[in-house]
Amino acid sequence: MPSIAVLRFPGSNCDADTHHALGQVLGSDARFVWHTEHDLGAPDAVVVPGGFSYGDYLRSGALAAHSPVMQAVRAFAQRGGPVLGICNGFQILTESGLLPGALAQNDGLRFECRDVHVRVEHPSAFTRGYANHAVLRLPIAHHEGRYVADEATLERLEGEGRVALRYVRHDGAVDPAANPNGSLHAIAGIVDERGTVLGMMPHPERAVEPLLGGSDGRGLLEALIDAAVRA
Amino acid sequence: MSAFDTTRLDQAHASVAIPDGVPPVPGGAVAHAEQAATFGLSADEFALMVAQLGRDPVAVEAAMFGALWSEHCGYKNSRPLLRRLPTEGPQVLQGPGENAGVVDVGDGWGVAFKMESHNHPSAVEPVQGAATGVGGILRDIFAMGARPFAVLDALRFGDISTARTRYLLDGVVRGIAGYGNAIGVPTVGGEIGFHRCFEQNPLVNVMALGLLRHEQLQSGTVGEAGNLLVYVGSRTGRDGLGGAVFASADLTDASDADRPAVQVGDPFMEKLLLEACLEAIDADLVVGVQDMGAAGLTSSVAEMAHRAGRGVDLRVDLVPRRETGMSALEVMLSESQERMVLTARPDQVEALLTLLRRWELEAVVVGTVASHDRFRLWEGDALVGDMPVAPLNEAPTYVRVGREDPAVRAARERDLTALALPDDPGAVLLEVLADPNVASKQAVYRQYDHQVMTNSVVLPGAADAAVMRIKGSRRGVAATVDCNHRYVYLAPRHGAALAVVEAARNLAAVGATPLGVTDNLNFGNPTVAETYYQLQEAIEGLREACLALSTPVTGGNVSLYNQYRTETGHQAIHPTPTVGMVGVLPDVERRAVAGLRRDGDVLVLLGAGTPSIGASTYLWCVHGIEAGAPPELDLAAADRLVRCLAGLVQDGIVDTAHDVGDGGLAVAVAEMAILGDRGARIDVPAALAARWDAALFGEAAALAVVAVPGHRVADVTAAADSLGLEAQRLGVVADRRLTIRHDGAPNGGLDLDLDVLRSAFEGTIAEALAI
Repeated sequence: MPSIAVLRFPGSNCDADTHHALGQVLGSDARFVWHTEHDLGAPDAVVVPGGFSYGDYLRSGALAAHSPVMQAVRAFAQRGGPVLGICNGFQILTESGLLPGALAQNDGLRFECRDVHVRVEHPSAFTRGYANHAVLRLPIAHHEGRYVADEATLERLEGEGRVALRYVRHDGAVDPAANPNGSLHAIAGIVDERGTVLGMMPHPERAVEPLLGGSDGRGLLEALIDAAVRA
Repeated sequence: MSAFDTTRLDQAHASVAIPDGVPPVPGGAVAHAEQAATFGLSADEFALMVAQLGRDPVAVEAAMFGALWSEHCGYKNSRPLLRRLPTEGPQVLQGPGENAGVVDVGDGWGVAFKMESHNHPSAVEPVQGAATGVGGILRDIFAMGARPFAVLDALRFGDISTARTRYLLDGVVRGIAGYGNAIGVPTVGGEIGFHRCFEQNPLVNVMALGLLRHEQLQSGTVGEAGNLLVYVGSRTGRDGLGGAVFASADLTDASDADRPAVQVGDPFMEKLLLEACLEAIDADLVVGVQDMGAAGLTSSVAEMAHRAGRGVDLRVDLVPRRETGMSALEVMLSESQERMVLTARPDQVEALLTLLRRWELEAVVVGTVASHDRFRLWEGDALVGDMPVAPLNEAPTYVRVGREDPAVRAARERDLTALALPDDPGAVLLEVLADPNVASKQAVYRQYDHQVMTNSVVLPGAADAAVMRIKGSRRGVAATVDCNHRYVYLAPRHGAALAVVEAARNLAAVGATPLGVTDNLNFGNPTVAETYYQLQEAIEGLREACLALSTPVTGGNVSLYNQYRTETGHQAIHPTPTVGMVGVLPDVERRAVAGLRRDGDVLVLLGAGTPSIGASTYLWCVHGIEAGAPPELDLAAADRLVRCLAGLVQDGIVDTAHDVGDGGLAVAVAEMAILGDRGARIDVPAALAARWDAALFGEAAALAVVAVPGHRVADVTAAADSLGLEAQRLGVVADRRLTIRHDGAPNGGLDLDLDVLRSAFEGTIAEALAI
């Protein structure tokens, strides 16, 4: 059974949800790893969950990026280990330099919690469970989710096929009205150069059980477990 | 200095031993009646305190008595009335008197729940006022050993068109969102009402629910003599000084200068406290837990001591401080947020402190549980306060004489039979749907994280109540908050009973069996006879309805002195006894939502009673009249509807239901259509009410609409028959228009496109928030 490290920072609040989705629902060996750890305990994959790490009173994810555990995650990622950052986890990954760009305040200047549609843009280790260009319905819940990067970075991301998920309408069409936070290029998720680190604003762990209104996020987490087996 | 200085903890631990040979009278200047008045004590109360002490008090003692004998902590005007409320039932695991009530939801699970107001702080500083309201009630929940898993809010603001209302609405919503979202407890429901009487004095009532295993249930107690009191959490500052007195005073012009009495919230600190306290409880390292809420250390320690029937020796000088030069009085009365008191056995205290420190919390032993019955304060070896525990906790109570305001009686008894009928039913429907009291609150709840914790099965706005699953169980928990302030204003007893009935109907409409109530009584100044009458009558109404529906009251909160200035003096707000109710779904897969699910389903009107326009939303927003009697109430019939509806859902017959509430039958069906994105064609029976406007827009106490596939109609009818209720076929789900026919209405009724209905329903609140 693949073992998956779910990081816990003081202020993480989707850690238990992620653990539940990966462990109880999808049957992997999910384990919490506390932020002060220098050693991840040899997991097969790492998830950086959502929340407000250290209260996020500075810039979202900025303090967590300097935690001992993120040193270990950097080393793990450099060895090609699969890493998934969700919401605050995505912010932490950009602040850590594992992914380019940054997450700025939503253009509406308000917290947004609702379901959005995202399109699977390019085949990657994380999206192997979906048809190409599949449209997923996933929940978002963030105040700082507007993906920003300089023009050169955006071009490189697009050119290298590293935009993993893009906000679209339910029919799959790109439409500014379907972009919930004003992200540049309607980016909802990106991968690193290797394709083994994914950061995304929507919450797949909230969409793995039909009881909660949908299970479109299941493929992403299953792919992570799958990638963990191969890693 | 590091916040985690172990040396300091060890010193603290070593030095809590209290010296022998206690001096009989604390040092310090004595306080006189004039000074005591600034702590909220009347001359009579001062005299009573002196008698209890057997001497003149020193300032800190007078201040502590003042805080504990304030309305907010001591319930001095409401306690004799609150005794009328039913509090017992087989489902009650914990009734009133602890940090929160607890009901049994089966399978070894319990739900702790309570509601509290933060009205006055929110009037002065809406963001922090509301945020700390959320923080305070969450601490009450985890103090019970329960993990908070849902928040609901009942809010009231003034006229939606004013700048002040928009400022307060925006701020309060941001405050709730900022705190709840960060700590990671979903905000799953609530209600928002608007009336000009709340313009100056908004209401912010926050209800929280927590889940626990029966064996995890905690008590706010100090336990046995020799136990140690552990202070944990934020340091103590001068913020919120005298908040309990502030909350119990009239809100006046001077209140804007009271900003220091409003505290600032830190959800990050609270998240650490929450996790640490629950872990400590799980590890069986605590004897008692209590939140430091209103009146801070004073009330928390006094209440814990009182519950155990013990005294305490508290070392004020060991309390961690944020500021230098604080007096004992300031330390004891500070309402700095995110602080808890834990009691530990001496042999376990080191393990407890270690656990708390691992969560990077400051934790200090500040006192010991004594074999005497005094609350003693020490600064080093010097005694600075010495009070008997019991009288501190037993505020004098007042029984007053209430009198109904004749103007209110006249308004209630106003004859509405000659009221002109409108000429366009469709226009009326759009107007009522756009009324801010009825309109969609989507623009608000989208700012709340309502899905974190992955338990939210029915999301805000989708049904009459929120539903959360219990992981590892088939069961679900439903919750709602309700009150129609117009009903209560016009007829306090009747209106308060209707609030309970509405809450139960809302739970039943999702398929839940109601279990218990927490109430938040928001009223004006109780020394005014007309206000006291409202309070007295409303509590009787709560009593009658809670008895009829078998929903005991397990706790709550009283907020008095809610009023506004007029040219001639002060006027009370509309009395608002908010009812928070919790229910259980035996199988969470069997639940109902309000949105229509299938074309071809048959709509059935279920229940008993005649809708009427008295005190209705229609009367208010179309005719501009606030008059008439609220809907007729037959408590037995209301209870039968609740059982019928919950049973139909639990039996898997009904999965679409919505009660007939504000705006009546037409609004209920319109909401079902908008939420389900499907049209409907219905014929309203002419016999439903004498006037067509009452049939379409009149309100009722025991009616609901369900939608079922055709082959299920007979099951619904049979269930209704067996309980002596009516089930009337209204029409079918079809197309994308809402057609409501009534033979007596102009144009034969109304026929509107779904998109037209939707824009009326969804525009109002979003516009007010400039979204």
